[in-house]
Amino acid sequence: MGGIEWDALLLSLKVGAASTALCLPFAIGVAWLLSRSRLPGRALLDGIVHAPLVLPPVVIGYLLLISLGTRAPLGAWLKSTFGIQLIFTTEGVVVAAAVMAFPLMVRAIRLSLDSVDRGLEVAARTLGASRLDVLFSVTLPLMLPGILSGAMMAFAASLGEFGATITFASNIEGETRTLPLAIYTATQTPDGDAIALRLVALSMALAVAAITLSEWLHRRTQRWLGRH
Amino acid sequence: MIELNFGRKLGALDLQVDVTLPSRGVSALFGRSGAGKSSLINAVAGIVRPDHGRIRVGERVFYDHDSGTDLPIEARGIGYVFQDARLFPHLSVAGNLRYGLKRARGTHTVGWDSVVEVLGLDHLLDRRPWNLSGGERQRVAIGRALLRQPSLLLMDEPLASLDAPRKAEVLPYIERLAREFALPVLYVSHSIEEVTRLADHLVIVSEGRTVASGELSDIMSRPEHAPLIGRYEAGSVLDCTVLQHNDDYALTTLRFADGQLRVPRIDLDPGAPVRVRIRARDVALALSRPMDVSIVNKLPGRVQQITPRDGPYADVTVDLGSRTLRALITRESCDRLGLQPGTPVWTMVKSVALDSRSVGFSRRPRSASPAQAPDLPQKPGAPAEAD
Repeated sequence: MGGIEWDALLLSLKVGAASTALCLPFAIGVAWLLSRSRLPGRALLDGIVHAPLVLPPVVIGYLLLISLGTRAPLGAWLKSTFGIQLIFTTEGVVVAAAVMAFPLMVRAIRLSLDSVDRGLEVAARTLGASRLDVLFSVTLPLMLPGILSGAMMAFAASLGEFGATITFASNIEGETRTLPLAIYTATQTPDGDAIALRLVALSMALAVAAITLSEWLHRRTQRWLGRH
Repeated sequence: MIELNFGRKLGALDLQVDVTLPSRGVSALFGRSGAGKSSLINAVAGIVRPDHGRIRVGERVFYDHDSGTDLPIEARGIGYVFQDARLFPHLSVAGNLRYGLKRARGTHTVGWDSVVEVLGLDHLLDRRPWNLSGGERQRVAIGRALLRQPSLLLMDEPLASLDAPRKAEVLPYIERLAREFALPVLYVSHSIEEVTRLADHLVIVSEGRTVASGELSDIMSRPEHAPLIGRYEAGSVLDCTVLQHNDDYALTTLRFADGQLRVPRIDLDPGAPVRVRIRARDVALALSRPMDVSIVNKLPGRVQQITPRDGPYADVTVDLGSRTLRALITRESCDRLGLQPGTPVWTMVKSVALDSRSVGFSRRPRSASPAQAPDLPQKPGAPAEAD
């Protein structure tokens, strides 16, 4: 493998990990709101969260561009306050991947939260645990299989994100050119077929590894909870 | 004292509770399924919120509608044993036991070692809950609730989900815990068998209302409660002590205030307190001392009260001296024998009817009861028919 493949692979792994980590706390919070709260705007929130699943990725990328670009108020504020610029940067790729992967993670976590036996939470409270204590000592551990498979799914989806990334963060080598963008670039380059094929093989190997790991983790945690 | 005076409408159920329970011993809440027993203890636990009234346990007010007091579940200091154990699957048995212990405030009166010993949990500590049998699970759940250092233990049909052998396995542990740990227990059950083995105080719950409350033997002996208890299960409860065993015939002789009873052998040392439930339908009556019958349990007394029932039955309460015994006979027999309040009669109970399901530990010696004093002289006029 040459430099192009390595750069793309490392960047993709970095983006996948960062986007998964960024999604996780918000996904748990949103799953909680959707599953447990009696929030008045619940249906609306549900719709917004799931929009990236049904909208063309380019649309998401464009929406990100007009809201977080350096000339948009939010983007300008981010830049002046924290010195963070999202367009044309790896951070921007992370945000685009996170937005696209978010609904997948929320779905998996929400399902696991729905399957948590409320009776166990009541039992924990009779044993002296406050609501917050119950969340950390009972609810989250019981959600672990769903949290892990949600995280793996978000990671895999982030690796493959293309449309929103190229629209929002552009295609800059070493900065925003992840595996799919590198494949696209190779196919647009004369004599790029060999590179493209190697990148495709790499992507497939990564996908298989991610799915295998996800299945294994899921089985392990389910067994840990005594579900077979 | 435990003061429960509250109400709550829950769908079709209109829960109206008004009872005062002793702050020691086991108080059973007995009633059919759907009578509101579980909702009642859930209100005590803080899981169900009443819409009016007051819940007070000792000095602590759990709920008071007028002053707006409503302690959250975790602040009530109660232990709760659920019908379905509800062990945490992500923790080992030891982790489950420690869960409440770690969060217990104040002085710890229930020790780890005593709980593990009394409930026989030693060899289970490293196991995971889903590897346990139903009976083991329930024992762990009881231990977990005790180690939480509760000031009141709530048990919601802890045996109902177990099959008969598992029930027989867990019941002695519950009998023991009420003796070993001085702790008031509210025990919900629809099984009169469990209630008579475990309870000191009985509350009958029917259609959301607490219709009777009092000392177990007292409530059980009143014929007006028979329809609520069930015609086939209603009867009397006698506190006895083991007198002696007859190994040749595998029989045990028990003594109570008004005489003796012979029952199939029970494995307890002489002097041990036991409680015997005698179903009214297992008691026959005779006008004179019956001779030439196989029945050995023959006790003389006087008819105290006759309550005709629907159909062919009549409930007869016989005063044996200091205790009463209830007999369910036909109205026809009642008329044929010319029974009236005051008529002297002999009561007869087959030993065979008093099997292990009817005989259990008496959990705490009652100093007021002469039956508990083994060296008390036999009352004259109470012949030891069992000899």
